[in-house]
Amino acid sequence: MTVSYENSKIIFDGIKAAGIRSVSALPETWLGLLLQRAEDDPDMQLVQVAKEEEAVGIAAGAYFAGTPHILLMQNHGFLGAINGIVSLAELYSIPLCMLIALRGHWGEPYPWHTRGGIVTEGVIRALGIPFEYARDPQKVAKQIREAWTFSQSSLSPVALLLTRDLMED
Amino acid sequence: MERAGCLEMIYPELQDKLVVTIMGACAQELYNLGHRENFFYLQHAMGLASSIGLGLAMHLPGERVIVLDGDGSVLMNLGTFATLARYRPKNLIHVVFDNGSLLSTGGFHSQTTSGVTDLAAIARGAGIEHVASAASAVEFGEAFMAALERDELSVIVAKVAAVGPEHYGMDLQLPENAFRFRRWILDRKRSAGVAS
Repeated sequence: MTVSYENSKIIFDGIKAAGIRSVSALPETWLGLLLQRAEDDPDMQLVQVAKEEEAVGIAAGAYFAGTPHILLMQNHGFLGAINGIVSLAELYSIPLCMLIALRGHWGEPYPWHTRGGIVTEGVIRALGIPFEYARDPQKVAKQIREAWTFSQSSLSPVALLLTRDLMED
Repeated sequence: MERAGCLEMIYPELQDKLVVTIMGACAQELYNLGHRENFFYLQHAMGLASSIGLGLAMHLPGERVIVLDGDGSVLMNLGTFATLARYRPKNLIHVVFDNGSLLSTGGFHSQTTSGVTDLAAIARGAGIEHVASAASAVEFGEAFMAALERDELSVIVAKVAAVGPEHYGMDLQLPENAFRFRRWILDRKRSAGVAS
């Protein structure tokens, strides 16, 4: 299994088509090709964090600044960022548009990813975060655009879960 | 040296800067000096004040950003020093008031109390070039003015007494603070002729 070059490009193009010009991220295997594109694109500002919770603060700063911004992270990074999501974004009604690589789910061969994958949807539901699964490369650009739009109108975190179907060839 | 005195000293300089404070005593003491629309008080999410400051500074290169942090908060997000050092926004001053105490939650000693843990050394080790330590009000004032003039990423660790305000409370709801802070920024961008 390799990370899908073609679908990484489709996702990156979808992010740009949604008007996003700034991304905060912590590198992870499935997001690698995507981040490479963000790094190489002079129109895109990439902020690489040391821990995903930092990205919640950076996203809040970008929101205050009026710059369209999304967060890219692995689901384990999402789990590690929960206090920031709850006690900054949700508490202050600050939108977050999160694209989350859903490791440890159907077809996962690596034991270390599995527990995080199993609990991710339940945690997202418990936090009251609207979410969708992205499986189809033909639909993902629209899903990104709609996730962005809904985050801004609801002033809430929203999550688009990037699945194995989409991210691997 | 007391944090309230430090804040009072720099308050006139904060009129046109974007200011992000941590929760509790620091937020209250700044508020008590007189709230301004360009102040954002992060009343929870400990550790993220400097990350908000970085997000502001990177996306608003024409503004000056001042983060008023504390030892208890910054210890929850030490990685922030490395991220600040990586992107080194010229327009960010990160002040860490080190009272060696988790004052707002009962005054328990923090890791810096013993003198073993040195936040300024951590910031330097993370790769931040301009780091000052201040043990007196005069040193703090000089370090702050030097940072303003320098126009480079600067960290100031100010050793302060573990004391806070007598009363807590703001006539400002948390989302209201966020909405008004953002509006102040976007209005300023508009009047400066920059599309938001």
